[in-house]
Order: sequence, then structure tokens, then C-alpha cells
Amino acid sequence: MITIIDYGMGNLGSVLNMFKRLNVPAKITSDADLIANSKKILLPGVGAFDNAMNSINNSGLREILDHKAIVERVHVLGICLGMQLLTRSSEEGECAGLGWVQASTYKFPPAAGLKVPHMGWNVVKPTRRSELTKELFDKSRFYFVHSYYVKVENENNSILKTHHGITFDSAIQNQNIYGAQFHPEKSHKFGMHLLKNFANL
Amino acid sequence: MLRTRVIPTLLLRNESLVKTIKFGKYVYIGDPCNTVRIFNELEVDELIFLDITATVEGRAPNLEILADIANECFMPLGYGGGVKTFEQAKSIFQIGFEKIVINSHAIENPVFISELSKHFGNQAVIASIDVRKSFFGHYSVRTYSGKKKADIEPTLWARRLEELGAGEIIITSIGNEGTWSGYDIDLVKTITEAVSIPVVAHGGAGCLQDLSDAVKLAGASAVAAGSLFVFQKKDMGVLINYPTQDEQENLFGDI
Repeated sequence: MITIIDYGMGNLGSVLNMFKRLNVPAKITSDADLIANSKKILLPGVGAFDNAMNSINNSGLREILDHKAIVERVHVLGICLGMQLLTRSSEEGECAGLGWVQASTYKFPPAAGLKVPHMGWNVVKPTRRSELTKELFDKSRFYFVHSYYVKVENENNSILKTHHGITFDSAIQNQNIYGAQFHPEKSHKFGMHLLKNFANL
Repeated sequence: MLRTRVIPTLLLRNESLVKTIKFGKYVYIGDPCNTVRIFNELEVDELIFLDITATVEGRAPNLEILADIANECFMPLGYGGGVKTFEQAKSIFQIGFEKIVINSHAIENPVFISELSKHFGNQAVIASIDVRKSFFGHYSVRTYSGKKKADIEPTLWARRLEELGAGEIIITSIGNEGTWSGYDIDLVKTITEAVSIPVVAHGGAGCLQDLSDAVKLAGASAVAAGSLFVFQKKDMGVLINYPTQDEQENLFGDI
């Protein structure tokens, strides 16, 4: 069972739809007990960094999530803003991030002809072997929507890279903790494969 | 590199998909769920659904159909038609759509755009501008599926929509819609030059070349089309189709 954390940010329906299609049991919840007993966690998210962190910190979920990720070491996947929350900080806000991965989140630098948000389909380049990204389809492409990007401090934590004006980390991993900047739930068979890999961990 | 998005626009009329010509005279295309299942198999970049009678009939969005659609689709989805309240937008996002298209209600209540973009993010709000060209070549903004004239000039309205927080603009030429005659390149260009947010060209695409023209000649960030992706050819039967990735690379590769 995959527990999809509902902390009031983002459309969770589409993530659930894709797990349904994969026949993977998944549940959307904000219930502290359910989350405390979860076996695998998906942290979605669309919206502003501080809103998300405040919501996690103020709802009492922070301690439970820290315990699951750091002490129990259950598998966690952060998607889009959910991946940025895994980092230490973001130029989008003042709040500290969860800090589970040694990385930070930055604003795309202004550049001529470069549209921000980075919105649309783009390709990824695997930089390291990871269970999350194993056996990706040839010419895999993924749907991105974001104005901020993640950069890891230690290249060992980068598993996919993507180019949009600059090259950034489009998927990251620190042991049991994974992040994907794109929306696998909106990326056809390419994203479905990645979520299946996560379900099989 | 970021790909140019190629977006089929599908028109809902009651429980069916239809295709119009110049916002009138519609042809039945098929059942929404069957059609989107095919588009899903074709791995389209994105889909936009427009309920073309919701606003005119003063009707709320048909959430049941939208939920059925979202269950079949694993790509970005946009919906427009009759969205007037924050709660309606929220329900549509929860179903699994990530973009809401606002047209008539933006004219009536411009702050609605800000309200949505503040809460759901700019990327979730597409402002739609329908434009009719007069006999003398003058452009006017239209609402209520083209029936009402709004008292603002298209480029000024586009700039205002950007200020209000729209994340994208879809610009539709009513006169070209459904005619296979190509986009109104001049119109698209005036809008792309007026704003810095992505502009989606819509209305009139009749061949793949038209798609790349909108990007190369008019500066569109994405292209949308109806007839081209639901008919075999002009005046021929229904055939759901979509350019392959290779065809798209050839079209847009050097942009």
C-alpha cells in the first residue's frame, strides 16, 4: 500500500488514477495514524514552497514524516514540489525544507528566450543507476511544470538530469528517499514505468 | 530541450464530442471516453476540453464526464466551459485536471483569474481569448461562444490577463476555426508580442505545416487544433489522429 500524503497541496486524483491503472493499492490521506503506519510514502505537491512547508509543519505531520523517512527508512517519493520539499531550502520561500537530501532549490535564472515556468515535455539523461529509473523506455519524455529547480550538493544523489537553459537534477535519490521534478502521473507509459518501479521497491 | 506542445482541443456538447466551424454548425465526433482513450494511446502531449454550451446555457461543468475522462488520461488535461466559482475549479483539479480555461467569466469578473492563480498557481490558469475579425480587418474579443462582444481590444486584454495572473493564453480565431485554412498568424503574433507568458495558437490549423508556422512565424509556445486531429481530411469522416514523435521532431526540431 502506497500512502499519498494529503497536506492540502496539489491535485492528488491523477496520482491515484495511475496507481489504479497499475493495480497498485494506494490511499490519499492526511490522517496521522495512517501515515505513521504507512509502508511507502508518496509526497505530491503543486504550489508554493512556504505554503507546503507551513502546512506540513503546522499539521503535526512533520515529526511523523521525519521518523518514517530517517529512522524507519521507508521508501519515499516526492513529486514536483514534493521533490523540492526534500531539499534544505528554496529560493521561492523562507521556510527550511525537510532536508532529507543534501540539495537546494533555486529559481531559473532569467535568460533570453527562456520561458519560465519550464512547462511541457522534456527528456532526461540518466546519470546514475537507480531502482527508481531502471529500464526506462527508449526516448523517455516527461511532463514538467516548475519555476524552480533542484541542484544536489553531492553528484551521487543525482539520478536524472534535464536541460532547460541550465542543466538541473530532474530526479534525485538519497538511499530510501527519491524525488522526481516532473509529473510521472501525467507522463504516459514513461511515467507509469517509473511509478511501477517505485511500487516494486 | 523543451518540446513544442501539440494540443488537441476537444469540444463537449452535452455528453458528446463535436466539432464546429466558425463556432457554429457542429458535427458529431464521438463519445468523449472512447475518443480520449485513443488519444491516450497516441500519447498526445496534452488535451484541452471545452464545453461549448455550458456558459451559454448557464450550466455548471459536468463533473461526471470530466472524472471519466481523467480516469482514461495520463497526460496534462485542461478544461474550460462554465467555470465561475472557486469551488468548481477545486473540484475539477481534484478530479485530476491541472489546468482550467477561463474565457467569459474573466471578462465579467477579472479578479477570478487572480483568485485561481493565487491559490492553484499561474500554471493552472489558462486564459482564453476568442477573437472575431471584422470585414475591415478589425479584431474584437468575443465571449459566450462568440455570441457577445467584449469592449476591449485583444492585445490590451492579453496584457491585462497576464497581470491578473494567467499562466498561459490560448488565442482562438473564430473566423478560421474549423476551416482548415491555417492559423491567423497576424493575430497570434500580436498576442505573443504583447505578453511574456506562453501563448497557444488555436483556430484554423489544416496541416502540420500550419503548426510549425504558428511557432516559427508567430512565436507561439504551443499549438492547438481540433479538426486536424479528429478528421481524416477536410470534409471527410472522423479519424482520431496525431503526429508521431518523429514527425513532431521534424516539424519543430530546428526551433
